Amino acid sequence: MSLDETAKEPEYGLLKSYQPYPGVSDELLDPDGQVRPVWRPFLNHLNSLTPDEIADRFARGNQYLNDAGVYFRQYGHDGAHEREWPLSHIPVVISEDDWKVIAQGLVQRAELLEQVVADLYGENHLVGEGYLPAGLIAESPEWQRPLVDVYPKSGHYLHFLAFEIGRGPDGRWWVLSDRAQAPSGAGFALENRVATGRVFNEFFAKANVHRLAGFFRRFRDHLVDLRDETDSRVSILTPGPLNDTYFEHAYIARYLGFMLLEGEDLSVKDGRLMVRTVAGLKPVSVLWRRLDTAWTDPVELNETSHIGTPGLVQAVRQGSVTMINALGTGILETRALLAFLPRISERLLGEGLKLPNVATWWCGEESTRTYVKEHAETMMFSPALSTSLPFSSAQTDFIGRDFGKFHKGILETWIDSQNQNLVAQEAVTLSTTPAYHDGLLVPRPMSLRVFLARTSNGWEVMSGGFARIGRSEDASAIAMQAGGSAADVWIVGGKKPKKETLLHQTESPFFKSQAGALPSRAADNLFWLGRYVERAEGAVRLLRAYHARLLETADPESPLVAQTADFLESVGVAPTSAPPIPEGLCAMLQSAVISASKVRDRFSVDGWLALNDLAQTANGARRAMRSDADVPRAMGLLLRKITGFSGLVHENMYRFTGWRFLSIGRALERAHRMADLLSVFTAPDAPEGSLELLLEVGDSAMSMSRRYAVSLSKATVLDLLAMDPKNPRSVMYQLTDMKEHISVLPDADEHGYLSDLARSVLQVHTTLAIATAETLTPETLTDLRDQIGYLSVELTDAYIR
Amino acid sequence: MLYDLTLEISYDYATPANSGRHALRLMPAHIEGEQRLVSGNIRLSPGPTERRDRTDFFGNAVTDVVYRKSHSELCFRLKARIDRTAMPAELDISPPLKALGRELAAIQSLGPEEPVHFLAPSPRLPQSPAFAVYAEEHLDRSMSTISAVESIGRALHRDMTFDVEATTVDTPALAAFERRHGVCQDYSHIMIACLRSVGIPAGYVSGFLRTIPPEGQPRLEGADAMHAWVRAWCGIEIGWIEYDPTNALRVGQDHIVVARGRDYGDAAPVKGVLRTSGSQTTSHKVDVIPR
Repeated sequence: MSLDETAKEPEYGLLKSYQPYPGVSDELLDPDGQVRPVWRPFLNHLNSLTPDEIADRFARGNQYLNDAGVYFRQYGHDGAHEREWPLSHIPVVISEDDWKVIAQGLVQRAELLEQVVADLYGENHLVGEGYLPAGLIAESPEWQRPLVDVYPKSGHYLHFLAFEIGRGPDGRWWVLSDRAQAPSGAGFALENRVATGRVFNEFFAKANVHRLAGFFRRFRDHLVDLRDETDSRVSILTPGPLNDTYFEHAYIARYLGFMLLEGEDLSVKDGRLMVRTVAGLKPVSVLWRRLDTAWTDPVELNETSHIGTPGLVQAVRQGSVTMINALGTGILETRALLAFLPRISERLLGEGLKLPNVATWWCGEESTRTYVKEHAETMMFSPALSTSLPFSSAQTDFIGRDFGKFHKGILETWIDSQNQNLVAQEAVTLSTTPAYHDGLLVPRPMSLRVFLARTSNGWEVMSGGFARIGRSEDASAIAMQAGGSAADVWIVGGKKPKKETLLHQTESPFFKSQAGALPSRAADNLFWLGRYVERAEGAVRLLRAYHARLLETADPESPLVAQTADFLESVGVAPTSAPPIPEGLCAMLQSAVISASKVRDRFSVDGWLALNDLAQTANGARRAMRSDADVPRAMGLLLRKITGFSGLVHENMYRFTGWRFLSIGRALERAHRMADLLSVFTAPDAPEGSLELLLEVGDSAMSMSRRYAVSLSKATVLDLLAMDPKNPRSVMYQLTDMKEHISVLPDADEHGYLSDLARSVLQVHTTLAIATAETLTPETLTDLRDQIGYLSVELTDAYIR
Repeated sequence: MLYDLTLEISYDYATPANSGRHALRLMPAHIEGEQRLVSGNIRLSPGPTERRDRTDFFGNAVTDVVYRKSHSELCFRLKARIDRTAMPAELDISPPLKALGRELAAIQSLGPEEPVHFLAPSPRLPQSPAFAVYAEEHLDRSMSTISAVESIGRALHRDMTFDVEATTVDTPALAAFERRHGVCQDYSHIMIACLRSVGIPAGYVSGFLRTIPPEGQPRLEGADAMHAWVRAWCGIEIGWIEYDPTNALRVGQDHIVVARGRDYGDAAPVKGVLRTSGSQTTSHKVDVIPR
């Protein structure tokens, strides 16, 4: 695509009111107000679209994010809320030449940080020679004493880094912050890319934009190579679903084919890190942690942590596991370090920083304080040991000029009193980049997050990144918590991107999942997900039958209606009249959603959305519905949605151990409920109409008329719903299904000896197989029900505890 | 002085624990010129699945034990013989409090004995103005650092009441301070927080007291269980001194050091994680007999 042959400067209607701020660089316009060449192709494209077309395209991107389940968790006074992902649809376009400068600077910085952290946990030359104050390091809660003198197994402390950078008024890039603890955002960068690629699909397909997939593949290969044995696993350690970046953890785990684990999934045995799986303890030799060091081990680190793994530090000390990044690397995020890194670079690398960091002064020395006081107006103050991003904490970070001249004396006294606890930083001005607002482009402040990964070729920079876009011209409102948004970053130019062999266009998952064991906690959640969904389906069918009969008789005391009500009550969904949908039903679906939320890396986005939709439909119906008469219709709708969800899961889920636990849960619940129903509704004193109700609830009326010419009798109903091996609603069918699943679980059949669970399910199966309609009395059916229920306990003992 | 020491800590669990991991800091320390560990062993019942000894950052001996079998009781027994040296009284050549900061700033090392670890708030001892106000009331800035330490220690001993019912092992120091009641752990934590608030690096020491005092002397508080006291850094020349605020005295031959750290969390005799759902009861027996 040629850039400069345009004889006349095209008229960009979109830029009608695009006015960069004085003294601030702009990404789109050069200092003379001309559109930078690197932006022209994109701007030409954008300018060719009508406002309606643009709106449609933006909606397409939003729809993608919505369907993919990308959301953003916002923390307010009244707790956390999930909000729509705030995508700024206009990408930030950066030329390859600019990017090379950034990349070289950041690779140098990554190498520097590796040496700094190695020194802080090793020889301590930097403190010993006065390059760093001893007190600063010793007082940081991120300098973890149990990790002192623990040398990383892989030879490296750092494997994955992020840097927050911005462009200053002179056009040069500055490092604002180093992220070394457990950097987040790479997964969101991928999602921003997919969404933005969909918004500008034809343009993106032809544009010379650097692709992201190769970066992830090479990092993934590096992690896989770090393993000890081929049967050990690379895993991602997450704080769990309540963390604001959990979505990303699950997304990356799915994308790269790694196991997603929580602290309780792990155990340390003889100094080795192991994951509890349904096949017993399995070694984990590479752990990409998304959990801050302090929380990873309650025995040696923060003793109040409930999300860690006791003994993890010992496993690291014994060299059984490579942590990505090493425990303790959070010390590198300390803001005061920025004051010392320029000199440290000279000392350790023998050269200055290629990319400067924002000018920073540590106020622990009197001469520095004097300088800082003189320039306080233009400085930002924050706690020396802060590890948060600049501007992210309004409580602690403020700019001297906001303090006002009036208070100058007070500010100076305060600087003295804060002493070594304070850093001052040049109050940075960030460059602006276009954002789309009311049909026009407007300049908004921007910072970039750039990701670096160690690969077999050394440090590699992701050609792209995650841009934060401010809501207003005020750079301090850039945080998403403060209403900012996120944008894709396009590196443009150079050679046409090489075709990545697998699906490079869509940047979608391209790795074969590591075969292997299922963590016990995931098995537990899948099993219960299967049970809860099936339990809800049973409740819905029965509620529909109940309300249909209530409508016919209009008498809650009539025998069949009363018996059905009693049964519903016994399974936790006692019918109510206002609102007519019982709370118990919503609670079952909510439990299903909670179970599913803990295994989001294991099933499809469509399945997740369908389940949430189901729970919301039930809640909505419960709120809206006032009359009993509407219930059968609402139950019909719920039933179709449940069937839709089950279909999605069972059609799309890989036939792996996890799917078996889900299926066992479903079969167990269905068999249990049917045995329970039969024991009540085939009793000799069961009211008239009981058999018809069973057929309706068992969805088997058609099978009945097809199979039996004779009229309805207890014997035929028992035959069809208890013993028929071909009817998917029968107890027998579900027991056979369970038996098959259980027979292929780990250790089910050890050298011809059945496991306890396999033996038990065979026993129940056989009991039913040799039964007849005559022997299936209410007592034997109750017994059967309880035996089926006990299988759940045995399953938990065998695979989950 | 030669001591024979026995300690028994036992736990009873209402419901059996499936597994557990504990870090034990029970073995008396070997401190050059002050205290010699002649012999010592820790016995555990039931026997653990794994056991391993190591030394932590502050130089404390740690025994890590792991249980993977279900157990409903647990007992740690320590037997040790210790030779404790009498410390001659030093001349107070500590710098005046107002000059201590300069000595601290000159330190260029992160070694475990350095005072730089002991000035900032630590996990169990967050900062609070209440400590600073109290400490300032009991010293002036021209005092020598040692006099300041002793002055605060004596004041606390006078204002606090020893009370085993008032607090538990997890009571925050500030809560104990507001009630002015507590045991040796509370006295020590409060004193450490006061010292740090005026710029004196201070740490926590866990250990033992001799059970029966020498003839003619009163029995010391805290001899029935493991004891705790304070160490404070009094300048480059003097280094660390140790002070027992529960008994208002400088630590001497009657005290046996086990572990040192920034607060209780670094020196806790038993620290660990247990997989059990029920409650537990603990008992604790100590005997420290001079030979």
